[in-house]
Amino acid sequence: MLIRHSPDIAPSEITPRSLYLRRREFLAGFGAGLAFAGAAQAAALAAARSAFSTNEPKTPRADVLAYNNFYEFGGRKSDPADNAHTLTTEPWTVRIDGLVAKPADYRLEDLIKPLALEERVYRMRCVEGWSMVIPWIGAPLSEILKRVEPLGSAKYVAFETLVRPEEMPGQKGLLQLLPWPYVEGLRLDEALHPLTILATGLYGETLPNQNGAPLRLVVPWKYGFKGIKSIVRISLTETQPKTSWNIQNPREYGFYSNVNPNVDHPRWSQATERRIGEGGLFAKRRPTLMYNGYADQVASLYSGMDLERYF
Amino acid sequence: MRAALRIPKLVVYVAGLVPAAWTFYLGLQDRLGPEPIKALEQELGLWSLRFLLLCLLISPLRRAGVDLLRYRRALGLLAFYYAALHLSAYVALDHGFDWTAIGRDILKRPYVTIGMAAFVILVPLAATSNNAAIRRLGAAAWARLHRLVYVAAILAAAHFLLIVKSWPAEPLLYAAATIALLAARALPAARRARTASAS
Repeated sequence: MLIRHSPDIAPSEITPRSLYLRRREFLAGFGAGLAFAGAAQAAALAAARSAFSTNEPKTPRADVLAYNNFYEFGGRKSDPADNAHTLTTEPWTVRIDGLVAKPADYRLEDLIKPLALEERVYRMRCVEGWSMVIPWIGAPLSEILKRVEPLGSAKYVAFETLVRPEEMPGQKGLLQLLPWPYVEGLRLDEALHPLTILATGLYGETLPNQNGAPLRLVVPWKYGFKGIKSIVRISLTETQPKTSWNIQNPREYGFYSNVNPNVDHPRWSQATERRIGEGGLFAKRRPTLMYNGYADQVASLYSGMDLERYF
Repeated sequence: MRAALRIPKLVVYVAGLVPAAWTFYLGLQDRLGPEPIKALEQELGLWSLRFLLLCLLISPLRRAGVDLLRYRRALGLLAFYYAALHLSAYVALDHGFDWTAIGRDILKRPYVTIGMAAFVILVPLAATSNNAAIRRLGAAAWARLHRLVYVAAILAAAHFLLIVKSWPAEPLLYAAATIALLAARALPAARRARTASAS
């Protein structure tokens, strides 16, 4: 018999939403500093531990929250942590459309509520050559896709990040690093793979804004930039969707962007990586693993493909 | 202004090395952020580029009436010291003396090749940054040799531009400053050449 483990008490039962929102007003009204704003955003999130989790030491929470690429908030690693507090994530709507039987604008709560949240401790390898081990909380993307019933013609899934320049300083001004909205995509079989999750939290709490609140993609065998943040739209398509870094520089960033130590970035090697929070000034690089160490689970998705060509 | 010109050169050397010592100290204290090696490496490289650009600023400043020529050698040598420290951090800390990986990087990665080239150019310039070398080479030959600093500056600015993703502001600003400082020499030189041929 299948026992679905779901949290007994939903966070919304502990603190009524209306009260929760008032608490924010209260803090905002007193001009609370950054630290307080951050604390107000984080809410405890219960989740069952998943068998897909790695036992490797987790990257310290402070580093996971301080060292981010989220160009909507600026180009430096510290920019998202400094600037993302301005993002309002409530209310949040995700449009699911394209080749599905049930296209609609879903309120985030409605999308998340039926899901059994799990903790997935995954390795995350950035295309820049650093890595982390992050305890995500989320649910398989496949759960959500099944509910909207993809049509037989659907072959890809396209994702889109929020565009809101008034809250995202990287989306205005003279020097913008990418065209907006940030877009990403997966092949349908990649999207349905059990390792692929939509995350709503990390380290036992709802996602901090700088990590892609309130909803982000996590595909642990691909470079980190495939993990699109603050998702507002998921579309099922027949043709391969455009992806932001591929638009920015097609020679350097492909659609697949699977972690592969044997296929270098045109400008730097991908053979090794530096694990964040490991050993300070005298830490050694570690070898990067094929498919970021998830080869057993995902290599079959790409059997027969020329990985030099489909990088 | 006169007071500023009286600063002993030794003070420039010592003050110039403070950022290196301070950054290394922060690194040992684990206060350089989540990627301390990269932070140290980049900081050292950036200071090298800064001193290189300060060096290039001396001549335009002189034309504008501010003579800081007596500090140019110190600034140039500081640029070289920082380049050497930057390279050492890359070899020792970043790559742990993995000569195979380093060799491959130098041959295959244009940004490393270019950075290496800039350093190689700075070596003879640093080695001849003393009065004995000027006497031995003769002033004209020495000046010709030291024009290589323009090439080094261009390579260093390009090296910075080539390691980043997309087009962030900082390396673009350094590249613009490099171009401006070189143009500040090329334009008057061209004008002098024109007037010379006209007369």
